[in-house]
Amino acid sequence: MSADAITFGYLDDQTKRMIRRALLKAVAIPGYQVPFAGREMPLPYGWGTGGIQVTASIIGRDDVLKVIDQGADDTTNAVSIRRFFRRVTGVAATEKTAEATLIQTRHRIPETPLTTGQILIYQVPIPEPLRSMEPRETETRKMHALADYGVMHVKLYEDIARHGRIATAYDYPVRVNGRHVMAPSPIPKFDNPKMHNAPFLQLFGAGREKRLYAIPPYTSVVSLDFEDHPFEVQRWDRVCDLCGAGDSYLDEVVTDDTGGRLFVCSDSEYCTTRRDAGHRGPAADSTAAGALGATLSAVARDRTEDRA
Amino acid sequence: MYVAVKGGEAAIDAAHRQMAAARRGDPAVPPLTVAQIRAQMGFAVARVMAEGALYDPDLAALALKQAWGDVAEAIFLLRAYRTTLPRLAASEPVDTAHMVVRRRVSAAFKDLPGGQVLGPTFDYTHRLLDFALAAEGQASEAAPAAPDDGRAPDAPMPRVADILGGEGLIEPETAPADEATAPVPDLTRDPLTYPADRATRLQALARGDEGFLLSLAYSTQRGHGGTHPFAGEIRVGEVAVEIVPEDLGFPVVIGDITVCECQMINQFTGSRTAPPQFTRGYGLTLGYNERKAMAMALVDRALRHRELDEAATAPAQDEEFVLSHADVVEASGFVQHLKLPHYVDFQAELDLVRRLRRAAAEGVSHDAPEGAPEDAPHNTSAETTP
Repeated sequence: MSADAITFGYLDDQTKRMIRRALLKAVAIPGYQVPFAGREMPLPYGWGTGGIQVTASIIGRDDVLKVIDQGADDTTNAVSIRRFFRRVTGVAATEKTAEATLIQTRHRIPETPLTTGQILIYQVPIPEPLRSMEPRETETRKMHALADYGVMHVKLYEDIARHGRIATAYDYPVRVNGRHVMAPSPIPKFDNPKMHNAPFLQLFGAGREKRLYAIPPYTSVVSLDFEDHPFEVQRWDRVCDLCGAGDSYLDEVVTDDTGGRLFVCSDSEYCTTRRDAGHRGPAADSTAAGALGATLSAVARDRTEDRA
Repeated sequence: MYVAVKGGEAAIDAAHRQMAAARRGDPAVPPLTVAQIRAQMGFAVARVMAEGALYDPDLAALALKQAWGDVAEAIFLLRAYRTTLPRLAASEPVDTAHMVVRRRVSAAFKDLPGGQVLGPTFDYTHRLLDFALAAEGQASEAAPAAPDDGRAPDAPMPRVADILGGEGLIEPETAPADEATAPVPDLTRDPLTYPADRATRLQALARGDEGFLLSLAYSTQRGHGGTHPFAGEIRVGEVAVEIVPEDLGFPVVIGDITVCECQMINQFTGSRTAPPQFTRGYGLTLGYNERKAMAMALVDRALRHRELDEAATAPAQDEEFVLSHADVVEASGFVQHLKLPHYVDFQAELDLVRRLRRAAAEGVSHDAPEGAPEDAPHNTSAETTP
């Protein structure tokens, strides 16, 4: 099938309309999971088909698209999804968080704060925050309808009883607009506070489970906790080894088989921008950091050629 | 040993080139043609059409070629292609009583109107490798002309269930009143919700993974939700597909498709509202997929426990369990998505496990508020749960 034979955005107009209608409903009821007739996409389920369908339904010719996975623009699945949209829409792609109008993400919210008018589209594997406690859809829909979230609090309490702390590090449940408990998708809880009263629109797509949900701008998003065990985010007692950032989520990179480690920003664009601006981390001059930096630069070069 | 951690586009391109070369294999061996696959790998083509939910033997054969013979991958290709197609019409119900039958067997009656027609089947073959087939270019023996059995080719072949129905021994197959006039549900246009009606369940099963349904069906035979089935009838052949164009107002035939239908007849001792009679399990597949059609019929029957007032104790009777996990494209995608990077979440887990281990080593009591120095309280809202 040649690219010409495919509609703009791959989906036919009826499908796009159906998804947009579902998105409007999702925006109207923040955090509520709206069932939608998800289609099979040419990428596998579990690899971002929900986010892809949302993006495909709202993208326009003037949009500028950024795709990240694990915070990085150059992870293979992000590359693959960006390529897919370049192929079926031809819209401009960017790595610059500030330049993007649409950002499709898996597992992270960019470090650079998003602003009014930007849309963040999350890929969601399991949209149901209660699923691990109650496998039945018939039951969980009832629980949401009655705002009966006791099982979630019991689960968090059991964590505290057993471990002394809430042992959920990602996909940490939130309550949206004071009503629906929602799965933020497997972002680290580090990113949860960025969702609260955010000036940008947040859309969530779960393709395999066929659910959409949304957080409109300036909506309250509160991570569940207890008065004596308040919600906490991850903090590191170190900074990014490459750019020296002390406020970003760090990925641990194993550099050799003798225990060598680097901690670097998971948000590759944030890290690169800081390094370009002259910021240097403690291990910026090490061999491993040099090799890592060289790979990143080579990848950036590749992508520039791709855009040309 | 230095571990390379990043790199995307070039690696993907190289992988695709390797894949293309590997798929083609030894260039000294002539490539398979789509026509060869369609003609000589018919069961694979049929399975790809059935689970791909698209009747097109040429595209199914192409998908198999492109997928390097990986059936699940070929199904996925066909499903993704299906997404680009508009839905133009809903057909009239196909009438399998008027099927041009190639095969028809009943395990319930020794003989019956229309007779038993064995047709092309692996049944009763001895599964001995035929080394003659390995000899290249050997002219295959021409199919023998069908022996004259005295039966006119278009002789009526009533369905076994209809024969039993005449005596009232089997439940009538009529849509519930509220569904009779409603448009047929379309799983590809309305997401699956629970509880699902039977039409929706059958659609999901018809697209479902053969292996999964086979195992579930097998489990019902081994005591996990037993339904005491008899293969009332299995028939394979061609049926006409009709649609009613809006501007015509009467049905026109748009083509013939091959289908395989299985009607299981199941024991039923009656309930508070229904007299003892036989009940049905139904299986239908695009293409000749007999194993799948039989498994589907058993699972369909198991899933009908609610309307028949039977106890649901087994996995095969659990609608959400069965339907939510039957789709091979969904299952394959989600299982294999574990290959995708999970650095960020793993980092979060790593951090948590290290902290829990540290706390355990230091013998910190769970009762004390521990507040590790790295943790920063973050909720500013008053919404906390006491």
